[in-house]
Formats: sequence, structure tokens, C-alpha cells
Amino acid sequence: MSAVRHTGSIRRRLLLQGVAVAAVLSLLLYLAVRGVAGAAIQTTQDSVLGTATVIIAEELRGGEDGVSVDIPYAAFSMLGAVGEDRVFYRILVAADTVTGYADLPLPDRAVTGLTPLFYTVPYQGAEVRVGAVGRSVLVDGRRVDATVLLGQTRTAQVAITAQMANRAAALGLGVFALAAVLALLTARSVLSPVNKLAEAVGRRGPQDLRPMVRGVPRELVPLVAALNGLIARLRGALDRTETFITEAAHHVRTPLATVRMQAEIALRQARDDATRASLRNVIRAVDNAARSTGQMLDHASVIYRSDQRAEEVLALDQVLRDLAAQADPTAEMRDMDIALDLPEAPVVLAVDRLLLESALRNLLDNALKYGHADTVVDVLLRTRDGVATVQVCDRGRGIGAGGADALTERFARGDNVGDVVGSGLGLTIVRDAAKACGGRFVLEPRTGGGTCATLHLPLG
Amino acid sequence: MRHIALALGLILTAAPVASFEIEESALFGSGAAQVAVLSTTDSQVFAPVIEGFLATRPDLTLRYDVANSQQVYAAIHAEGAAFDLVISSAMDLQMKLANDGFATSFDGGTVLPGWARWRDQLFAVAQEPVVMIARTADFEGLALPRSRADLVAVLRDNPERFRGRIGTYDPVHSGAGYLFATQDARQSDTSWRLAEVAGRLEPHLYDTSAGMIGDVQAGRLSLAYNVLGSYAAARPDPGMVVIAPEDFTHVLLRTALIPVSSQAPDLGAQFLAFLLSAQGQALLDAAGLSRISDATLADAPQLRPIRLDPGLLVYVDPLMRQRFLNEWTAAIVQP
Repeated sequence: MSAVRHTGSIRRRLLLQGVAVAAVLSLLLYLAVRGVAGAAIQTTQDSVLGTATVIIAEELRGGEDGVSVDIPYAAFSMLGAVGEDRVFYRILVAADTVTGYADLPLPDRAVTGLTPLFYTVPYQGAEVRVGAVGRSVLVDGRRVDATVLLGQTRTAQVAITAQMANRAAALGLGVFALAAVLALLTARSVLSPVNKLAEAVGRRGPQDLRPMVRGVPRELVPLVAALNGLIARLRGALDRTETFITEAAHHVRTPLATVRMQAEIALRQARDDATRASLRNVIRAVDNAARSTGQMLDHASVIYRSDQRAEEVLALDQVLRDLAAQADPTAEMRDMDIALDLPEAPVVLAVDRLLLESALRNLLDNALKYGHADTVVDVLLRTRDGVATVQVCDRGRGIGAGGADALTERFARGDNVGDVVGSGLGLTIVRDAAKACGGRFVLEPRTGGGTCATLHLPLG
Repeated sequence: MRHIALALGLILTAAPVASFEIEESALFGSGAAQVAVLSTTDSQVFAPVIEGFLATRPDLTLRYDVANSQQVYAAIHAEGAAFDLVISSAMDLQMKLANDGFATSFDGGTVLPGWARWRDQLFAVAQEPVVMIARTADFEGLALPRSRADLVAVLRDNPERFRGRIGTYDPVHSGAGYLFATQDARQSDTSWRLAEVAGRLEPHLYDTSAGMIGDVQAGRLSLAYNVLGSYAAARPDPGMVVIAPEDFTHVLLRTALIPVSSQAPDLGAQFLAFLLSAQGQALLDAAGLSRISDATLADAPQLRPIRLDPGLLVYVDPLMRQRFLNEWTAAIVQP
């Protein structure tokens, strides 16, 4: 099976998108907080500056010989309280500078009334925020316009704004970190049903072709439906193969039986030695074919049964007794004995009877087939740690040079079978049946010659 | 008197004087590089401090020029004279210099508490309470005043005893006197009542604390108001008592700045750093210029350092100065 080619990771994509969104939102948050804080600081500073400017303007008094100025100490001092900013002021009556910094720039709009007008200008090498208010005073009965400009450098404002910007940046980074973690968790939780489904499919045995019935999120329903469709088609294909084999075996076995019967009749009637020899060869070949067909049928059944197990509770010792009894005639023909060594208490397990009987029958057949004449086949049943162990041991020609594993391959036969008729399917059936019953099959040489076949089956 | 005051006020603040007047110039050390200091403090007072500095920097020569505070201000503001450090007791004029961009930045000032510096340009090197001194013999039978209100009461009730025997700074001629008077006026209305009451007693006006202390000790004055505490402490007299008014006692900060017109601002900065160092502060303290200390202020709650903030600029304004001096003169110089 080749590795699945993948085009990127959904998790990584979700994560990257989440992180990107978080980054954008954090940046927006930072800009928003900084903007709002900057505006708030500016407004606060302006209101202090405006108040100070108005206080000075309110102290402007008219008189008979000009405008008198009384700058309240607090007007400048309150600016100092906000920060350590330089302070500049200019008081004009009409267009003449009465006092203060005569070169402090005027606003580009006319100043009227006590509502301060704010503007920022470069002055004396610094940026200066200026508040300007205008008011009228009566000088000698005449109305004269006076303007008060009060400016302060923006050192403190810049410092506070920078501090706020740092906090906003810290806030943005915090939000980003939190959102990134959330994105990671979200990506993981979004993908968990997919992972669980993949695990459920992966956990299935190689021959488990039941449709998936577990609940999945709506988005995964099409995937599961497609998967179930695939499984159904696969099972259909397997069923057809099964049917084909069964049919084929059946259609071959019946004519073979007829041919064998006819050949035996002909053998009995034949007087010519050469003809009898030919007929014996025919019978032998027909036996071989019939046996192979039977095994193929058995194997097909085992594979089919693996998918459609019909478990029932049965006593393993009793099954062994029955099978031994059935094999007795064959054993007698070869002058062999079957020695049963069974525990006194019945060994009960839930298993598919047909699978189990196929496996055990094949083991007995093999032992009788490959065992030397005049020897005993030992059948041993033991239970230990919840596992029933059936051992069938013969005194025969052994496993051969190819080893045990090679023998369980389909249509594989040992290199020492000689003239013994066989299909090469017997041990494959045992192996597959053992696996379908949840057990294990081991074939190993027996000390003193021969072979031991062991079947481990879980109890309960 | 009044006309002189007005004229001087206008000349000193509105029109730049042609050249500033150095009262005294002294050279210390004999190093190759020269650092120039302009100060309002007498060189005898500062000599131990300067010698302490030159002991650490034998490669320097220090020129120490003394001028009054308005001359110091004019030298920097109007003429851009090349001094490397300017030390003055006139906080308002120093503030004006710094605010108008005549001071450069110095980054060693963070050792000072917040009230003792402005931005990174103006630094207090010494703190001095502004006190009154009284001749105990002249208060026989009377309680010594402990506050301005006490003083007002005592002067009002005994006009004959104190007529012609009260002295204070002349704010017209003395920068420190002007600063004290404006700060008094700012702090309370009692000071105006005091000025009115004292004005009726034909007070004597002085340009220096030393003059007032000398006259009190010589018996020519019974009481001097707004005297630098350091001078009074430097000249103890058993017949004289120093009173720190309990309502509030101003603390003058002697401040230093490095002018932008400095030829060797790094040398000025080194001298300033020395003045702010523990050794420099100890030498200043020993010379009678109290070290900058939060603890001293905490021990005497009536001590109020004059705040180094732009409020000081208000009375530097020529119109405000004129206005204030008009009112003050009207109160104190009575026909």
C-alpha cells in the first residue's frame, strides 16, 4: 500500500487562519486603544490648557488708560501640574502684543469668545499646543478686542501617550496570545471527530466490512456515507467471489463423483492389467481433484464466515471427541491411532462451530496424512489463563526445509510431501479460522520427529 | 521711591541691558581647561565646594564670577554669555531661562526629589528656609511672634516701639526679595496686611540678607522679615533669635542650570554632578547652604519649598511685575 499523498494540513490551515485573524484583531485593538487614549489625553490636556487660558482672559480688565493684566499664579501652575512642560503666553490688545512672547504664532482663524481655540505650532524648537481665547474689554468707553494665547510644550502629553501606547501594545499582545491559544484548541476540537472516525476505521480488522454506524457531525456524514458505499461495493464483490467459488466447487464435485464411481465400476470389470493401472490412476487423480475442491470450498466458507460469524457456545472437548470419532476410519486404514488427552471438566467457549470444526478437522487430516504408519496422533487439550490450547502432534515427515510460515500460504505445500495428495489449502484454512475466532495458530517441529500443530483460542 | 521702582522694573525686564555687571571674579585651580561658573553666591562661601571639586579634577581651572540675580539672568537671556554653569537664588528668573530654552539637558538630576528639579534642565543644589530674625531685647514684655498673624498683631499693637526698626528686602532691587514678596502674596492675604502694618512703621529696605542681619545684631533693627536662614545661621548671636513662621516658611531653592551658550557644557555638567553628589552636598551643607533633603522638610511641616513650576513665570512678566511692585510699594511706602 503506497503512502497517502497529502496536500497541506487542515489543522495547520485552521491554526494559521485563527492566528492571522487574532493578529489582525489585536492590531486593530492596539490601534483603537492607542487612538482613543491619544484623543482622551489630548482632550484632557486641552481642557486644562483651555481653562488656564480662560482664567487669564477673565482677569483682563478695561480701564481709563488701557487694559490691565493680572495673570493668576494658578493659571501657569496648573499647567505645570500636568507635566513638566514649558509654558508660553502672549496677550494682545487689538493687534499689539501687550506682554508675553511676542513671536508666539497666532491661530489662522479669528478668535472670538471665551471658547478656547486649540492649535499646534512649532515654537522655540518644540511642538507647542496653544489655546487661544478672545474677549472684549472697555477702554475709556471704547470696545477693544483682546486675545490671550497660552501654549505649552507637549512633552508630558507625548510621554503619557507613549505610556498608553505601550499598555495598548501589551494588551494587544495579550489578546493575540490568548486568541492564538484558542485557535490552537479550536483547530484541535474541530478535527477531533475526523481523527476519531479515522481511528474507528483503522481499528477494524482486515475483514470487518460492516457499515459505519457511529454518530458523526453533520459535515462528516457525506464522508461516512461514501465510505459505507465503498464498503458495500467491496462486500458485494467478495460475496460474488464467494458464490462463484461455491458454485464452481459444487459444479465440479458432482461430476467428479460420477467419474470416480464409473471408474471404480470399470476397474472391477477390467481384466487387463494395463487398463486397471490406468483406471487406478484416474481414480487417484479424481480423488485429488475432489479433495482440492472440498478444501477450496472450506476455505471460501472460512473467509465468508470470518465476516459473518455465527457464534454459539460449545464444548471444545466434545467437538474433539466427535472429530476424532469421524477420523477413526481413516486412521484405521493407515494403521494409526488417535490418542485423546482431554481435561475432565468440559472446556466451554463461544465460537463459530463451522470455523472451529474446519480448523480442527484439517489438523487431524494433516496429522493422519503425513504421519508414518503405525504411529499415534496425540491430541491434547489444556486451558490456561483464559486460553484453550489444542495440540495435534504426529510422528511424520515434519515441516520440511521451507519452515512453518511458508506452509500456511495459500496453495503452498512442503518440499517433502512426496506422493501425498493435497491442495495446499489445509493450513491456510486453519490459520484463517484461528484468526477469525480470535485465536492463534502455531506449527512447529516435534521433538523426536514429526510435527506439532497448536491452536490457541481465547475462552469467553 | 515709587518712580525708581517702576523705572528699574521696566529697565530690568523689558529692555535688555547692554552688558551685565560682574561684582567679583575669582580663579580656582591651575588646570589647562577652564570651566566658567556664574553665581549669585559669594565666592568665599563657595570656595570649599569648588576646592573639593578641583581636588577630583586637578586638570581644570574654575572661574567663579559673582553677580546679582538680575545681572545673572540678563547675562544669559540677553547676551548669551559663555558660562558653563549658572547658579542663582532667583528661582523665578532661573525658571524663565529654562522655560525659554536657555538651558541644556543634564541627565544626572534624577538623584533629586521631584520638587527639587524641573524637567532635566533646572536643578536645586541647596535649600534655604526664609525666616525672620528678631532682637530678643526689643521684645521684652512681649511674646515673640511665631507666625505672620502674630507679627501683624505685635506690630499693630506697639507702633511706637517698632517704628523705624523693621527691615525687609527691597523687591525692586533684590531678585530674592521680589521672589519672597511675590510668594508671600501668593500664599496668603496676611502678607498684604503685614505690608500695610509694616508700611506705617517706616520700614528700612535692604538688598541683602547680610545687611539686615548686621543691623539687627548692631541694634539698629528690632526685626527683619524674609531673611535667608543660612545667613542667619552663619552669624549666630545670643541677642538674636531666628523664627521660622509657623503658618508657612518658604524654602528657597538655589538652582543651577547649564546654559545653551556654554562653551564646555560637559565641564559644567561635571561640576553640577559634583554639586549634586553626596560629597558636593556635604560640602555645600558645611558652607551653610543646606543640602537638598526630604527628611528636613518632613521634620518641619511649615517648610514649603517654593515650587519649581511655570507658575514662577507669572511674576517675571513685566506687566505683572509692574503691577505687583505698584501695589507693594503702595502698601509699604506710605506718605
